[in-house]
Amino acid sequence: MSAMRYERPGTLEAAVALLSGATGAARVLAGGTDLLVQMRTGRIEPQLLVDCKDIPEMTAIVADDGGFRFGAATPCMALVEHEAFTKACPGVIDGVKLIGSIQVKGRASVGGNVCNASPAADSVPALIAAGAVATIIGPGGRRETRVENIATGPGKTSLARDEILVSLLVPRKPPHSADAYLRFTPRTEMDIAVVSAGVNLTLDRDGVCRKARVSLGAVAERALLVSEAGAALIGTTVDEAALEKLAAAAAAACKPIDDKRGTKAYRIKVAGVLARRAAQIALDRARKVN
Amino acid sequence: MAKHHVTATLNGSPVEFLCETQQTLLEVLRDELNLTGTKEGCATGDCGACSVTVGGRLVCSCLVLGAEVEGKRIETIEGMASGTELHPLQQKFLEHAALQCGICTPGMLIAARSLLERKPDPTEEEVRYWLAGNLCRCTGYNKIVDAVLAAAGEMRRA
Repeated sequence: MSAMRYERPGTLEAAVALLSGATGAARVLAGGTDLLVQMRTGRIEPQLLVDCKDIPEMTAIVADDGGFRFGAATPCMALVEHEAFTKACPGVIDGVKLIGSIQVKGRASVGGNVCNASPAADSVPALIAAGAVATIIGPGGRRETRVENIATGPGKTSLARDEILVSLLVPRKPPHSADAYLRFTPRTEMDIAVVSAGVNLTLDRDGVCRKARVSLGAVAERALLVSEAGAALIGTTVDEAALEKLAAAAAAACKPIDDKRGTKAYRIKVAGVLARRAAQIALDRARKVN
Repeated sequence: MAKHHVTATLNGSPVEFLCETQQTLLEVLRDELNLTGTKEGCATGDCGACSVTVGGRLVCSCLVLGAEVEGKRIETIEGMASGTELHPLQQKFLEHAALQCGICTPGMLIAARSLLERKPDPTEEEVRYWLAGNLCRCTGYNKIVDAVLAAAGEMRRA
């Protein structure tokens, strides 16, 4: 193995320049909980690691116009321990809390979870449901995109090789809004989602649903935004009939694989059940806020 | 390529070492600094045997590069007792027979201390969730959980 270079730039521009100038494989290092394991197993052999944790913007959590912006390299535990963030983004925190052990969350970042592009990534459906916007920097400057546009398939993203995911913005929620994320695993902890669902909804003063975003994980090559499932709730009081329609739309959107964690038929069935349960939690939460 | 020259604080004292990029903090602790209290179990972040804190945060040292800890504060099992006086967690692990083979014990102790720093009065459920990333194949966990709860009680009374 050739000598691997390790750099810890203090600015985004320097980090992008390092990636642009790399002749061999280069990787951005945040928490390393996926990257170091992939290096150890020989799946990847980068010649350059760009540790981005000395770049202040990449680990900051800041209130932003009623929502929250957090650096893509922020460790999950920093989000979990941030009271105002957990209050404002309960669904995102539902997902973040499920990413591995306390030790893993002490290092793992949501940006890494997004860019590792596992279809079963726990933070991703919650972010998609929440309408989270990613800021990405490259040689040409900054651009923004919704989280659902980042993963393109297992382990693959739409980011160019010299682009870096800088931060994620969870936008401000209107009054009577809340989100929730649920996953199904055979064990209660330390497991990978067989199916997961994130739901974010907004009620009006009469309790009628005005906005809803539903996202499913682990049922396709990447997390899905299922607009038909969200549409099933809009204009309803999220009653039994609406939840039935939501579950059916969620199940219909699934394109899962058979693997050791679940069969296709099982995943499709469970996706509907989980989407419905997550919607119920989001509904209960939305009724309690403002 | 030249090795990285890293200076950090280890168990309250300054430390410096040389390491290759791919060397993990676990390898640095054990092979360069001869601190073999921290154990290697899986080397993929699943078992928690290599738990240490870096900058006050509980992490698996097998998933941290040595080069990353420049300027950081690291705490390992070697810094837990004060001289010959055991930490209350260590004492309670002995009293409750919370270990058999001992491989998971340093990680369990470091993880439990990290919990009690944040939550001096945890419930049994909170202890179990916090320690979910620390695998033990001997005890069945009950004695470990009992020991942590007993130590928490003693530390609150102290």
